[in-house]
Amino acid sequence: MGKTLFEKIWDKHVVRYIENETAVLYIDRHYIHEVTSPQAFNAIEKNGLKIFRPEKTTATADHNVPTVNQHLPISEKLSRIQVEQLEINCKKHNIQLFNLQNEHQGIVHVIGPELGLTLPGSTIVCGDSHTSTHGALGAIAFGIGTSEIEQVFASQCIIQNKPKTLKINVTGKLQKGVTAKDVILYIISKISTSGATGYFIEYCGETISNFSMEERMTICNMSIEMGARGGLISPDSKTIEYLKNKKFAPTGYDFELAKENWSNLFSDADAKFDRELFFSASEISPMVSYGTNPGMAISVSENIPLSNSLSGSEKISFANSLNYMNFYEGEKLVGKKIDYVFIGSCTNSRIEDLRSAAEIIKGKAKSANVIAWVVPGSKKVEQQAIAEGIDKIFTAAGFEFRQPGCSACLGMNEDKIPEGKYCVSTSNRNFEGRQGKGARTILASPIMAAIAAIKGEITDVRNYLN
Amino acid sequence: MKQKIEKIKSTAVPLPIENIDTDQIIPARFLKSTTKDGMGKNLFCDWRYDVSGNAKNDFVLNNSEYDGKILVAGKNFGCGSSREHAAWALSDYGFKIIVSSFFADIFINNAYNNGMLPIQVSDDFLSLLFSHLIENSKQEVEIDLPTQTIAICGTMLKEKFEINPYRKQCLLNGLDNVDYLTSIKSEIEKFETKNETYYVNEEDWLIAG
Ligand code: SF4
Repeated sequence: MGKTLFEKIWDKHVVRYIENETAVLYIDRHYIHEVTSPQAFNAIEKNGLKIFRPEKTTATADHNVPTVNQHLPISEKLSRIQVEQLEINCKKHNIQLFNLQNEHQGIVHVIGPELGLTLPGSTIVCGDSHTSTHGALGAIAFGIGTSEIEQVFASQCIIQNKPKTLKINVTGKLQKGVTAKDVILYIISKISTSGATGYFIEYCGETISNFSMEERMTICNMSIEMGARGGLISPDSKTIEYLKNKKFAPTGYDFELAKENWSNLFSDADAKFDRELFFSASEISPMVSYGTNPGMAISVSENIPLSNSLSGSEKISFANSLNYMNFYEGEKLVGKKIDYVFIGSCTNSRIEDLRSAAEIIKGKAKSANVIAWVVPGSKKVEQQAIAEGIDKIFTAAGFEFRQPGCSACLGMNEDKIPEGKYCVSTSNRNFEGRQGKGARTILASPIMAAIAAIKGEITDVRNYLN
Repeated sequence: MKQKIEKIKSTAVPLPIENIDTDQIIPARFLKSTTKDGMGKNLFCDWRYDVSGNAKNDFVLNNSEYDGKILVAGKNFGCGSSREHAAWALSDYGFKIIVSSFFADIFINNAYNNGMLPIQVSDDFLSLLFSHLIENSKQEVEIDLPTQTIAICGTMLKEKFEINPYRKQCLLNGLDNVDYLTSIKSEIEKFETKNETYYVNEEDWLIAG
């Protein structure tokens, strides 16, 4: 019987099985950042161990960094200590670090693919759940905890249970104004935040293969929001084109060799998945979330559902959620006043995201009641946007064009949404307090966020497309 | 060596909320520490304290009737971020066992790696647990790891739970994953030579930055 793409990569990386499904898995690329790594470094030092393969770990500072004045020392003391600690640890252990002064700095899941560090067929981990993003290039990539970072430091391996496989097919043509973000929000809304727990997803179908590499990253990024370990997409000619001339990707003869290897990275026709789901692209509209988890999302033209279809315990969570958002069941979202717009995060902060948002706002001005932030995902994206004049389009419309980092996606730095305020955000989580204590997040695509900033309220972007 | 778990009999704290994500267990603003210490005081911070830092009376951790080593929570516990700080906060607070009818993947690993035991029970057993605990805050619950059972003390109510055999051995014997991995280092080295990859050109690598 044939193998799935996931199984092909997994099997190649198993050093040994400890028990039935519990494997020692070899890791090709390990990314770290300032927030989840310090305790792992401490543990390694405390146990008198050395980092086994320092060249396979890459570090960047992203979660906790300011998005203005990055040339100055970080003013917030705890953040500064954390970033400095990362510098000290990397230096001591000979790990490549892209710190704030480096031209390659950015959100870890943006820079990995952009630098050609994320390659098809590899295993990739990072102490961050959105590591699933890298699956867009045909890699097994997933988030781990700090104890597991310690395992990778000590042995370049982690102990993992083999997940089950789930195939998600999306076929058909997308309507105008519907983006990769809407596709993934739609899928999560259909299967819930725990719908894929225990599984590793492979996204297939013409809708997926028609997506650009950056759009594929948006899709894979949010795999974790339905509980999956990760999600991947079989590499094709677009993947190979994307990797050409990337800073750390193989070149010349090595690239040709690699290409040959990558061409075997697909699920065999007779491979068996543990589960399979089908979605039709034409049924998807621009999406917005209304609740406090990413599964609570609807088409912008729909009303918030009624609670009478829910079971007892679900009813309580649903009511709490609406109460937090100050929304009511059955209510319409279009026309709701908003206070903030955040375009950024590892889901939607790449150049194509910024271009598409800029297209919408070009020649217009943001609503006076809205504060709008654009935070590019990396220094490279920032530079590219400046080179294309996109930064000017944003600033002319009254947006703040900031410097790279996670920013208001999780509100660890100063970029927080104040209590009770509504923020249309291109990030991936609308949990209570995610963007700041009491902040109310509405997840949407970059173009939906852009039009919301202009109108000052939740708006169906389809009415504003040429 | 880690702390072992074999049998635990304790009162328990009920938290009948579904989809409790790690941002609720410990909000991001408490992630600025470079150590694991003292996370327990910020466990469920935004549910536990109001804006001025006063304890909210309606939250169960502020109810002096309830305490114990066992947390019983609604379905899909620990979803969201991979932050192990959530496990550190629960463990630092004093919980050894987390019971729910469903757990998020990464949280399960993080719990085990910190010597805690996540127990997945059926929806029915979870409702029974909640109703007993809500009725009687002194209700004890007994966990027996060797036989993989969880019981509501003083009743006939009992359920068997699943656990991965490797995880079970680790908890019973206080084994540590890092010790295990470093003990097979030569096998890992052999694997590396056998599976030489064409991946990132690491010779350029260290000069590149
Ligand atoms: S942008 Fe948000 S989701 Fe992505 S890595 Fe940063 S904090 Fe995590």
